[in-house]
Amino acid sequence: MTRWNDIFFILVLVADLFVLASSRLRAGIRAVATQGCLLGILPVVLASDATEIRHVALLALGALALKGVAIPWLLARATRESPVGREAAPLLGFVPSLVLGAFGIVAAVWLATDLPLPVPGMPRLLVPTALGTIWTGLLLLVSRRKAFGQVLGFLVLENGVFVFGLLLSDFMPVMVEVGVLLDLFAAVFVMALVMFDIQRAFSSLDTDKLSSLRD
Amino acid sequence: MTAMPYSLFQLVAFLLAPPLLVGVVGRVKAWMAGRQGPPLLQPYRDLARLMGKGVVFSRTATWVFRAGPVVSLAAVLVAGLLVPLGAPAAVVSFAGDFVLAAYLLGLARFATVLAALDTGSSFEGMGAAREVTFSALAEPALFLGLLSLVRSTGGLDLTHMLGDGLAAAWRTDGPALVLVGLAFFVVALAENARIPVDDPATHLELTMIHEVMVLDHSGPDLALIQYGAAAKLWLFGALVVNLLLGARPADPLAAFLAFLLGQLGFAVAIGLVESTMARLRLVRVPQLLVGASVLSGFALVLLLR
Repeated sequence: MTRWNDIFFILVLVADLFVLASSRLRAGIRAVATQGCLLGILPVVLASDATEIRHVALLALGALALKGVAIPWLLARATRESPVGREAAPLLGFVPSLVLGAFGIVAAVWLATDLPLPVPGMPRLLVPTALGTIWTGLLLLVSRRKAFGQVLGFLVLENGVFVFGLLLSDFMPVMVEVGVLLDLFAAVFVMALVMFDIQRAFSSLDTDKLSSLRD
Repeated sequence: MTAMPYSLFQLVAFLLAPPLLVGVVGRVKAWMAGRQGPPLLQPYRDLARLMGKGVVFSRTATWVFRAGPVVSLAAVLVAGLLVPLGAPAAVVSFAGDFVLAAYLLGLARFATVLAALDTGSSFEGMGAAREVTFSALAEPALFLGLLSLVRSTGGLDLTHMLGDGLAAAWRTDGPALVLVGLAFFVVALAENARIPVDDPATHLELTMIHEVMVLDHSGPDLALIQYGAAAKLWLFGALVVNLLLGARPADPLAAFLAFLLGQLGFAVAIGLVESTMARLRLVRVPQLLVGASVLSGFALVLLLR
């Protein structure tokens, strides 16, 4: 039995699959942006009467602005301005990564049936969505050759962590907000610096070239 | 027995209307390109013209080549008896008929492929290999989707799966059924040699799939093949439209009209996809079909919980 507010979780998972399957970096960025916007909607969907409206709004708007607009925009600008090319160039083919991603999601659904949750009454797709998205992020991180693809993987991973964090947003709303948003921002900064360094050293963002480093 | 005349209506519509669907697709494509386009009834005129022509058979071709178009059209028409095409029930219905319907369409493809191989042309063999590869990849998407329908409606016959069982299924499993509908649409595009997978208008040897297999057919044989292709489009349209319509009006006439409008919408959607999308590179097609299978499988997993 699936209810209609499950559609947001399903869309988040479909966005995961789309990122795995997209061969163009821009398409991947668009999918991550869509996922970010969906994550902005999730806190509102999940809001029970107990949660304070202020925190829900802050979480939703923060996710929407950062994950849905700001970071994808920065990434899209970076792909335009750096000579990174348009192809995603994965180490693993698109079909195998899609199939692996699907298996990960199935495993997440199967695992989540046995996990006891601290909060009763949460939508039953929340944990599978979180685990599946984290798995997709990991898969992207290890299977993409270009640093841009890996940043996308990291964003997807963070999105998974965000969904998981929503479980706790009733207990410690401020912690979740600050944790999620600061974490993400720090990560993107680090990634941007790394990308900048790779590009300056090799005039390319292909991480395979890192293996030719010598003392 | 108020259902009786509608059972007849759906058969008549199934036999007469499919070329019109092809005409609508062509018209939408022309309209999107800013042209006036062929008249809606052009496919009928093409069929009539082809029926009046003579047939040329290659000297290397055997009876297999001659049987191809007949067998494939017959298989598609029999499959049409098993699918509810607007009336409350399909003409013939029994538990497990969805397997028969799917494999009757498979038989139609098999006959076409054999006829293509029988000509001995390496070119047609190439098209046959592509057709078989892509349909093998589309099959999991179709069957996982059908299994999801079985699971959510609780019926094993297409009449229940695509008809009266759907209203309750949409109330409980709506999101999963949306995924199945999406997967079915992709399968419909692939099975009917439509644009992201195959371009029905192209005659470039590197890209053709379905067209290349029927190059050696001429006259009435070609007419049978084109008519069969249109009927197959009608069947897949019925699959998508029935699923997405969900709960249909209780009045059979209104339900029938809703179905016909849905088919029209299906044709318009195909026309829009064909005008706005480029044909995928051949190596990217499996990715699309695996994606559709993943969507269907995901829907099934959601329903199995």
